[in-house]
Amino acid sequence: MRSILTILTACAVIGLAFWAYHENYKTQEALAKSEALQSDIAEARARLAVLRAEWAYLNRPDRLRELATLNFDNLGLLPFMPEQFGRVDQVPYPQDEGLLPVINPVEVSSAMNATEAGE
Amino acid sequence: MIRTPLRPLARILDARQKGENPDAIERENIRLRHEEMRDRARRRAEGRLLVLGLAFFCAFSVVGARMGHLASTEPSEPRASAAGATIIAQRADIVDRKGRVLATNLDTYSLYAQPPQMVDPERAARALAGIFPDLDETDLVEDFTGKRKFLWIKKKLSPEQKQAVHDIGEPGLLFGPREMRLYPNGKLAAHVLGGASFGREGVHAAEVIGVAGIEKNFDALLRDPARGGQPLELSLDLSVQAAAEQVLYGGMRLMNAKGAAAVLMDVHTGEVISLVSLPDFDPNDRPRPPTEGNPSDSPLFNRAVQGVYELGSTFKIFTVAQAMELGLVNASTMIDTKGPLRWGKHRIRDFHNYGPELTTTKVIVKSSNIGTARIAQMIGVERQQEFLRNLGFFEPIPLEMVEASGGRPLLPPNWSELSTMTISYGHGLSATPLHLAAGYAAIANGGTYVAPTLLKQEGPQYGPRVMSKQVAATSREMLRKVVTEGTASFGEVPGYAVAGKTGTADKPKERGGGYYDDKVIATFASMFPAHDPKYVLIVTLDEPVETSGDEPRRTAGWTAVPVAAEMIRRIAPLLGLRPEIEPGTLADITLTSSSQ
Repeated sequence: MRSILTILTACAVIGLAFWAYHENYKTQEALAKSEALQSDIAEARARLAVLRAEWAYLNRPDRLRELATLNFDNLGLLPFMPEQFGRVDQVPYPQDEGLLPVINPVEVSSAMNATEAGE
Repeated sequence: MIRTPLRPLARILDARQKGENPDAIERENIRLRHEEMRDRARRRAEGRLLVLGLAFFCAFSVVGARMGHLASTEPSEPRASAAGATIIAQRADIVDRKGRVLATNLDTYSLYAQPPQMVDPERAARALAGIFPDLDETDLVEDFTGKRKFLWIKKKLSPEQKQAVHDIGEPGLLFGPREMRLYPNGKLAAHVLGGASFGREGVHAAEVIGVAGIEKNFDALLRDPARGGQPLELSLDLSVQAAAEQVLYGGMRLMNAKGAAAVLMDVHTGEVISLVSLPDFDPNDRPRPPTEGNPSDSPLFNRAVQGVYELGSTFKIFTVAQAMELGLVNASTMIDTKGPLRWGKHRIRDFHNYGPELTTTKVIVKSSNIGTARIAQMIGVERQQEFLRNLGFFEPIPLEMVEASGGRPLLPPNWSELSTMTISYGHGLSATPLHLAAGYAAIANGGTYVAPTLLKQEGPQYGPRVMSKQVAATSREMLRKVVTEGTASFGEVPGYAVAGKTGTADKPKERGGGYYDDKVIATFASMFPAHDPKYVLIVTLDEPVETSGDEPRRTAGWTAVPVAAEMIRRIAPLLGLRPEIEPGTLADITLTSSSQ
């Protein structure tokens, strides 16, 4: 009885040691991965900051104004003026050109009633 | 355990035989037994003390060893922590009210040299002078071959310059990482932002500190790591600011002015939407403060916040509003305007002669100094002081800029009745355009003081009431008439119902002794739309002169007003204001009680 218990204990110790060894390696791997991700995130943030700065620099009002002047022939951009405000009813909605006008309408509801009455 | 009997029979009998007292034996045994018990208890206690001592020793050694370890090792980031509130940048960004970047950070490198490590100092100096035209080759050779062990060469490098220096291949030239402050919009809102420079510098990093403007005012906040890089939101609007600067610059050149300032303020929240002072500078390359000459001529000088000027007739509406608030006059009271008004040896004159009397409205519309002075006489010194104090004309405006405390109004040292009369039309009291904006905002929003602020606000920020709603509305009607039929007729912008008051003040001579004849400060203080004002705009031109006519014109009606009108035409659509037809004045219907 006692020897069986000893053998079982030894087996359990070996098993647990093996499990701990694996867990340790998995933890190390996860840590290394998280570190790599952290540095990726830091790099991405730095890149994002540079891109944001560049976006702001390229969109600075002085430059946009100069570009609008240079490309006036193509774009015809002018400063926003009070006359450019409009009302909704001034917007010309496109005509629905896909369907022909209805010339000979059929009253569907009464036709339905007629069929029902026939049955 | 074998216990020794207290009265061992053999010894008792022996003692009795010898005639001794057997009780002595018992006492002796009791004593021995007690001694034995005592020794045992002591041993036990000593053992416990030893164990306890060992435990404490171990615990303290662990703590000490850990402390020593922590103190002696290099700090490292915890490996397993989640990427939460990491410090993104040393200094938070500054953005406008719509989140557009006004100031941000950029990674760059500084260049330093360690001459002892140099292989060929002469060649390095020659190559550096080739890359940076502002460096002198002979100076560099002297530095590199002298006794110096370390020297800074450049504080900021562009990537191209860094590569060029790298290509020299000199091991004694080294780069240190730097974070530099970048203002991507260049000169835009330069005075508000101020600028930044390096504080303490090391090889691996350098502090970025604000040197002026909002950067200096909120230096600690911007550098606070606890905010996690959250940007500072200003009340400025980038596109409005750009348009205002462009129009004001054009106006300043057209009117041959040497400087100009404009303040656009929301009358309900006190948010400063645009703050312009010209000439301006590039905060990326902030010029040094001037060491000679008049500091107010430097581009660094913020005319809108620091410049205290006599703002002229724009003050008249405050006098009239107060008189109406006190019930001394109403809009149609006749005021004596016979000139000149003599007071001691002083005479108060009008620009033209406006006849013997005018209504209060006409006093404002025609801008009569004599009429306003007469009204001020009715108000008196004490009440005028109190009213102007309530409107904030006694203290610097608490704007969130370090320069704001420099805009302390200049008050007359001895506030006599004559001072009251001159101050009523804006002479004898100097204030900044920002003070004027706050005063006009009180009229525009229905009579409550609103403190100007540079930070984005959530809703209306009304302060104490300074005049009744009715008085504010009547004052606005008068100001509207100034534009429709008075001195500011160039200020009419179709669809935006501008109301305002012009002010032309002669500039005082710098060395004292009166005023210049041909130098003025022209101001137009306006609000729009007049029937429901949302914004106040103050435009000030320094020494303008309009030369299209036969003789030079300097009055604000010819100089500041057209500039302000063009500004409103450009800015109002950007602010989302739709042009609307002004509601007509209603016919006077008197409600009468029907029960009588």
